Amino acid sequence: MRIPFPFSAIVGQDEMKRAILLTAVDPTIGGVLILGHRGTAKSTAVRALPALLPPMSVVDGCRYGCDPKSPASRLCADCQTRMNAGAKLRAHKAPVPVVDLPLGATEDRVVGALDLERALTRGEKAYEPGLLARANRGYLYVDEINLLEDHLVDLLLDVAATGENVVEREGISVRHPARFVLVGSGNPEEGDLRPQLLDRFGLSVEVTTTTDLDQRVEVIKRRDACDRDPEGFAAQWAEADAEARRHVERARKKVDTLPVPDAVLRTAAQLCAAVGTDGVRGELALLRGARALAAYDGARQVTAQHLRVIAPSALRHRLRRNVLDDVGSTTRVTRAVTDLLSD
Amino acid sequence: MDETVASPLDARTQAELAATLLAIDPIGFGGAVVRAPRADIAESWLAMVRSLLVEGTPIARLPISIPDDRLLGGLDLAMTLATGRPVVERGLLARTDGGVLILPCAERASDALIARLTSVLDTQRTAPRGPFAGEPTPARVAIIALDEGDGVDERTAAALTDRLAFHLTLSHEVSPDGALFTPTDLRVARASFPKVTISEARITTLVTVSLAFGIDSLRAVSFAVRVARGAAALDGRRTVRDDDCQVAAALVLGPRATRLPAPSEASAEPEPPPPPSDPADAESERDERPSPEELQALEDLMIQAMQATLPIGLTIEAPSQGPRQGGSAGRSGDDRAGGLRGRQVGTRRGDPRGGGRLDLLETLRAAAPWQRLRPPITGHEGRVLVRVRPDDFRIRRLIEPAGTTAIFVVDASGSAALHRMAEAKGAVELLLAEAYSRRDEVGLIAFRGNVAEVLLPPTRAIAAAKRALAALPGGGGTPLASAIDRARELAVQARRTGNDTVVVFLTDARANIARDGSPGRPQAEADALASASALRVLGGTTVLIDTSPRPSEMAQRMAEVMGARYVALPRTDAQGIHAAVAAAMPRASA
Repeated sequence: MRIPFPFSAIVGQDEMKRAILLTAVDPTIGGVLILGHRGTAKSTAVRALPALLPPMSVVDGCRYGCDPKSPASRLCADCQTRMNAGAKLRAHKAPVPVVDLPLGATEDRVVGALDLERALTRGEKAYEPGLLARANRGYLYVDEINLLEDHLVDLLLDVAATGENVVEREGISVRHPARFVLVGSGNPEEGDLRPQLLDRFGLSVEVTTTTDLDQRVEVIKRRDACDRDPEGFAAQWAEADAEARRHVERARKKVDTLPVPDAVLRTAAQLCAAVGTDGVRGELALLRGARALAAYDGARQVTAQHLRVIAPSALRHRLRRNVLDDVGSTTRVTRAVTDLLSD
Repeated sequence: MDETVASPLDARTQAELAATLLAIDPIGFGGAVVRAPRADIAESWLAMVRSLLVEGTPIARLPISIPDDRLLGGLDLAMTLATGRPVVERGLLARTDGGVLILPCAERASDALIARLTSVLDTQRTAPRGPFAGEPTPARVAIIALDEGDGVDERTAAALTDRLAFHLTLSHEVSPDGALFTPTDLRVARASFPKVTISEARITTLVTVSLAFGIDSLRAVSFAVRVARGAAALDGRRTVRDDDCQVAAALVLGPRATRLPAPSEASAEPEPPPPPSDPADAESERDERPSPEELQALEDLMIQAMQATLPIGLTIEAPSQGPRQGGSAGRSGDDRAGGLRGRQVGTRRGDPRGGGRLDLLETLRAAAPWQRLRPPITGHEGRVLVRVRPDDFRIRRLIEPAGTTAIFVVDASGSAALHRMAEAKGAVELLLAEAYSRRDEVGLIAFRGNVAEVLLPPTRAIAAAKRALAALPGGGGTPLASAIDRARELAVQARRTGNDTVVVFLTDARANIARDGSPGRPQAEADALASASALRVLGGTTVLIDTSPRPSEMAQRMAEVMGARYVALPRTDAQGIHAAVAAAMPRASA
């Protein structure tokens, strides 16, 4: 099996890397949408996450990867039963799951379905968990999400928002925790996402292949080094990855208590009004993003500067746009940021 | 490896080199996409690859209709039922670990299959279905995609080909008795390949050339580096030389070029890379620092090597690739007909592991009459089980709500251009925007001069549609017949995927170019009317918007013959046209 390319060794693409790391700090920011051409390290970044992020503690034998420390209400039914019976939940460490959801996956496969094997060989009605169960507490990655059927995207965003997968089908009635960060990537030239869905992603990133010669050469050099000696290459970047991991761990502890001054809240609201986002999703994503960023940077409170950095990612996909308008959304957001925050 | 390689590569040498390199490290190169007009030509190349691979390398064919449980592994239903205990079978990917998969008819593979293959190429492992199947299993495979599509409309999905190093176009059979390398060469090369190094200057040149030819994907350059190293290994060297880079340029970069470099290229080049000022890497003692002139010379060599493999029809500074042809819904053999989602309209016999949804009640109902006849099975803990056989399985038949494909046929001839070109464009833009939010597909045909041209095959990518429209020039004759024919062809294709069609003509119907391209009004009008009645036979919704200054008789007649709703818009703007068409659309409220 391939040793993944280390996250820290990805050249450039800072906005994408930041967006992904911030969702590791605060998964409630919501999903991340990555739009860009092929060969821009989108898949590489996502697949590098299990090696990068701190391993998590998982209840032994739990099919949904429950956290033994979480309150009973957030455990799956199996673990709750075990806890109520007075058993101590034993746990082990496991890497953060990154689950691929391939195009054309059936709804059964995604949400889970009747376990045919047990139904047929034992005559038992049992539930076979789907991809959403495996992604619990981790990441669900959909490459070419713009080509995924709308109803599946909708379903994913719903589950991601509620943190719970509710299955009612074929006589099965199951609900289990499914808290994950949805990461979707795609090439907009091959089809767009429905505007209604766009709004439901927390952050969005536009990646482009760099045309900077030096950067491209650096990319190829690292890739070449990794191809020839994957273990050695991974070892070389282990310290950088560990550094990022420490940042994430520290930020996770701080993020919930980090103060957000009223002035910053006001600015965020003004910013959303200035670019004309509908609803409060934009403001929420902006604030959570800024807070996670501040925590990651080790700041004592959230400042306007954090808003400035995160605004394009948090807002650009929410602008009510004339689809035929050429002025990029990013430009409109940056313009609004400059107007509001220049003085 | 000798002068055969140093000179620009002929087609035969390319084919053999690609086969040899692939055979050195199939998994590292990802594989190849082979385009050939006939199956036997591709087969001859495959035979060559086979003869060069390490003996015992697993090789398997992967039919594009393969169901998930065969590909990824899963429960073997027949065996499970026969034995009364779970029997798990390994998927094709896991069984071919360390080997080569051959994908015939790759251009018709569904998006779903492509997604599974790209994921396995990225992660080199596969996760079988179901909780009983255990951990992901290693699946390190190379994929050889055989592309038998003709024309640009049918191509293997770019998501896959981007991950395969070699893109070959073969026009003749290759003889399997490859003569460039001996088995010893290959053995030596396999051993030394990981140790071959390449200087930063040469990497820089490969990057520069790839940029100049409009190759955005960095995977391509990465493969080029790998191929250059492989070529050096085949020659028994430990460092990459200029001729190795030539091989890489010809085999990897050439076929991926999307444009030709801007002409006065010597001056337009990005500044030459800074001479490596850091203390020379251990490996580069042989390359004394290359001067800009030397780099330029290498670039020229590579560009020369690429000539033979550039795709036909490249233009200077052409825009980068448009939307993928035959995208998600347009490809025949896609899931649509199979109906994996949508509204249930009944059940049919079938295997639920193929992606269909089991209808449990109907399955039991089907099994019930046979219970007494079938030998009893005692299951777990002595329970008596319902005896269900694979024949009994009933899966749900689902009907997907059909989508709509709107085809806009815009008259860009001189006469129309004078009148309402701007309004027509405006209206199409509005309609496009609306179709976009309804997730309809939109296609665009323009006609002017002698022919009608499909500017945009039906797509959901609004950006591409808009670009095509903006670039639409005006002037020339009115080849109406040819335009109607093109529209009909697109409509037929769209129907095949289960979509409803709406064809919207914006024209003054003053046809003056006959179907064969010759001028002359009488013949042109006769041809147009003939085409129009053929379109009527097809059915579907048609709208003809008369753009002439006052309602024209010809346009009315044309509309009548093609069964179109006629809308005269002598004096209105984009909004007016838009409203008229929206009213005629079948599901404008959807």
